[in-house]
Amino acid sequence: MAAATTPETVELSDRDRAMLAGDFGEATAVAMRILVTMAGVYGAERLLDIEGAHIDGCLYHGDSGVDFAELLVAGGARVCVPTTLNVGGLDLLHPEEFAGTAERRAKAVRLMECYEAMGCRTIWTCAPYQTTPRPSFGQQVAWAESNAIVFANSVLGARTHRYGDFIDICAAITGRAPAVGLHLEENRRGQIVFDLRSLPRALRSAAWLLPAIGYLVGERCGNRVPVLLGLEDADEDGLKALGAAAASSGAVALFHAVGITPEAPTLETALGGREAEEWVEVTVDDLHAGLRSLSTLPAVAASTPGAGGDVAIDVVALGSPHFSSREFAELLPLVERHPPSAGVEFVVCTNRLSLDFLKRQGILERLRDIGVRVVVDTCVVVAPILRTPAGGVLMTNSGKFAHYAPGNVGFDVVFGSLAECIRSAHHGRLWRDPALWP
Amino acid sequence: MSVVECEGRPLVAGAGAGTVLRLEEPLSFWGGVDPVTGRIIDRRHPRCGESVAGRVLVMPYGRGSSSSSSVLLEGVRLGTAPAAVVLRELDGILALGATVARELYEQSPPVLVLAPADWDALPEGAEAAVDVSGRLRIAG
Repeated sequence: MAAATTPETVELSDRDRAMLAGDFGEATAVAMRILVTMAGVYGAERLLDIEGAHIDGCLYHGDSGVDFAELLVAGGARVCVPTTLNVGGLDLLHPEEFAGTAERRAKAVRLMECYEAMGCRTIWTCAPYQTTPRPSFGQQVAWAESNAIVFANSVLGARTHRYGDFIDICAAITGRAPAVGLHLEENRRGQIVFDLRSLPRALRSAAWLLPAIGYLVGERCGNRVPVLLGLEDADEDGLKALGAAAASSGAVALFHAVGITPEAPTLETALGGREAEEWVEVTVDDLHAGLRSLSTLPAVAASTPGAGGDVAIDVVALGSPHFSSREFAELLPLVERHPPSAGVEFVVCTNRLSLDFLKRQGILERLRDIGVRVVVDTCVVVAPILRTPAGGVLMTNSGKFAHYAPGNVGFDVVFGSLAECIRSAHHGRLWRDPALWP
Repeated sequence: MSVVECEGRPLVAGAGAGTVLRLEEPLSFWGGVDPVTGRIIDRRHPRCGESVAGRVLVMPYGRGSSSSSSVLLEGVRLGTAPAAVVLRELDGILALGATVARELYEQSPPVLVLAPADWDALPEGAEAAVDVSGRLRIAG
């Protein structure tokens, strides 16, 4: 077991000590106390400066989160580095979309207001890396939200440890974080290689399969740093989908895709010059298993991928992580050609930046006219947004929705490509694209 | 009656006792545990439907969402948290939930990391107690 450090052995700067002593106000003292305790937990020898933060604690999970935020606000808390906010508990631009109780809505709003009062930027998105500015290569930041963490580390090459609610805001208030984990070069090298090279090229370049690849990587690698070898070129939306799935099925906070992500120009660089601890040859069967575990509906999960029989679809939910402008551009022609049937609820979750794009391009009206709901600031697995009663079948192209929808909102899930989701919504029944399923 | 005793590293020190709920598969508290009831709600988890409330929760490490710290904190507020969390590997996110619970409510389950051989030996259903120095005792 790693040698333990305790809060007493963490090396603190004079400024850290002053913050701890309350010289910067009561809220800063609370934040520093939590940071120092956590530095001890992580075995950090010292704290380091951060240049930005992304906060996950603004999403209402219960009154305790409000208690904590109110404690900080009452103590005069202000963030001291540029800080963005993750999704909240409701769509503030369309509060009528909230299907929960008035009490829960009021508390979710209260929590969001507390974080705004501390000086955070109210972008309310789980894809802060698709807004601007975003962290640069090598920059030390403190990010929470599992999919944002994995994107920041893997695709941007910024450096954050895997933070959770509460420590994120403590870091933003103090500008400090424990010098540990993925902040440090030596912990960023790949440990387990997923070799995709024996898969047919068509599968390695299929964007819609990236969540399935991410899902099986997360399941197999636990909390080690995976290296993907043989992935054909993937764009940022594809890497976002892969990372989000890997961070749902596992504790993945950083992956390297050889030839694609910035710390992996070669396999040797990705492994930091060492041997891989484990080498996994990914087969078509593995990919099928990954696809099967993304669907919970017994008729689909147990059958040959691509089959699944005559299944009614009640909801199509897209946008976890939040849909980008590019993803909307891909969605629009398909969904206009095959608009959702009246009996299917079709929801896309996104952020205000994409919403502005949709408005400017006149796309929002067109989507609304054919029955597509666009939700901002939040999403369907973290807030009561869906109008369809729980117990039905939800289809998605998102590995993260597929993972969390059953437990969080009580739907069985079917995973499919974007086109399959759209055509299934059009028919009200599961539609499979035979060309996708070799 | 045999008594097994081992010593771990307390991430968040404290005392707690209860019946061991042993999860071989890691569990994300967010999306995995309902803080109102303490039940496991992750349908893909083999122990879905069981309650973590008042149990000595033995699991290798956490996974998934960084909101798990919130769910543990809410569990402490509502009295549905485990009596203790016993890990094989360090998990900052659960330790964080417990740390903030101390700060806000002056209570939380202890979070302990055991050496793998000790962790492997903890039997499901045993009565276990963790003390403030990080010692775990099993009677059974």
